Amino acid sequence: MADNAIAIHWRRYPERYLLRGCHCETCKTDFFPGRLFCPNCRRKGKMVSKEMPRTGKIVSFTEVFVGPIGFQHETPYFLALIDLGNKCMILSQIVDSPKEKIKTGAQVKKVFRKIQDTDHEGAIAYGYKFKVS
Amino acid sequence: MQEAGIVGYGFFVPRLRITIEEIAKTWKKDGKKTSAGLGLQEKAVAAWDEDTATISVEAARMALETAKLDSQKIGAIFVGSESHPYAVKPTATIVGDAINAGPAFMAADLEFACKAGTAGIQVCMGLVKSDMINYGLSVGADTAQGKPNDALEFTAGSGGAGFIVGKEKNEIIATLDETFSFTTDTPDFWRRQHAEFPRHAGRFTGEPAYFRHVFGATHAILEKTGLKPTEFSHVIFHQPNGKFPRIAAKKLGFTEAQLKQGLITPLIGNTYSGSTMIGLASVLDIAKPGEKILAVSYGSGAGSDAFVLTTTKNSSTKRAPISVLEMIQEKEYISYSEYAKHRKKLKSL
Repeated sequence: MADNAIAIHWRRYPERYLLRGCHCETCKTDFFPGRLFCPNCRRKGKMVSKEMPRTGKIVSFTEVFVGPIGFQHETPYFLALIDLGNKCMILSQIVDSPKEKIKTGAQVKKVFRKIQDTDHEGAIAYGYKFKVS
Repeated sequence: MQEAGIVGYGFFVPRLRITIEEIAKTWKKDGKKTSAGLGLQEKAVAAWDEDTATISVEAARMALETAKLDSQKIGAIFVGSESHPYAVKPTATIVGDAINAGPAFMAADLEFACKAGTAGIQVCMGLVKSDMINYGLSVGADTAQGKPNDALEFTAGSGGAGFIVGKEKNEIIATLDETFSFTTDTPDFWRRQHAEFPRHAGRFTGEPAYFRHVFGATHAILEKTGLKPTEFSHVIFHQPNGKFPRIAAKKLGFTEAQLKQGLITPLIGNTYSGSTMIGLASVLDIAKPGEKILAVSYGSGAGSDAFVLTTTKNSSTKRAPISVLEMIQEKEYISYSEYAKHRKKLKSL
């Protein structure tokens, strides 16, 4: 990753490594990514840190043939919208899964992978991807 | 002194595979002959978004799941590898944060060719036995490098395993009864600073290197414990290929049946720091209570760590969610050109 992006990546380690979002103890709602404020309860909300489920199911998916910078050699690859089962939706790359198994409703589980490693001398960005379980 | 034993284990083997015949075809070699000569059919290949850190994290997570342990109780994490993603910046810190063990834990990366992971188990044993920590995690993992068309390219695989060492009797799967290390300065295999691929001394890697150290450590631990080869249910030797561990077992008086469950290299290649450890994990997948296990690693440079373990009654209930042999059935074959892309053997990558 670019050196000037290190701080941004580092701040998101809990989210990327542990799927840590937050939970409002007032309205019992989970949020991912985490928020400072509960949009339902506003100032009455009490937000606490919470790890999201590491499994979910595919709601929708697409196959990417022209990737952005840093992903152009990974094409074709799959991106999917994943329902974590707690009303949280997450967009993630799908890896380690046969093409025929990547479909709407497929059960997926979180895996730990490199997200970006384009600069041979730069820091490596790690985080979550999902695979069909 | 406290008792120490394995309270949890986990492993990870990447999904991609390349056959020895496919590699041989690229270099106009006889694939069948090469495969038979090395005693292995295919090797696991880390995809290009996998490295020693990602393999270690997956193995560590499974070890926590097997141990049913809160990651915050881990007091030390060691990652043994010769393919750490950074030359300076510990893989163990990435593992620690990715399993939520931090920040109160000690951490270090270890390197001793193929035996750095078992060296980590010994460090954890010392820390647990001396009451400095309650639980220590040692991971051995590699995305082993092999220079194109070198003998190592046919065997260098990817994978890893992690073991949590603890002291609570009701949690221990297998007690770590004894350990012994046999170490000398032997230049059989090395990689210099900034060099991309390791080099080796050809046939010299056999007798004065692998066999001398494996035999030395095995003879010593058998003498120290007073045990005979026939008293072990399972034996695991480091597996640089499918032949060496079989020769070692035969010469040391062990049978093919004792070796079988822990001999994984023929199916996934030599996973270097993960090799002996994945073999041990595979044995724990099926071990029954009260069985004796001998595990002997080997790292070039050179040294061997030998361990005598005894499984407890917990061994039949605390098992990994998937066995080693089941995990390695999940595979996808790739061509040599795809392999070159994933392992970044092309200059522009």
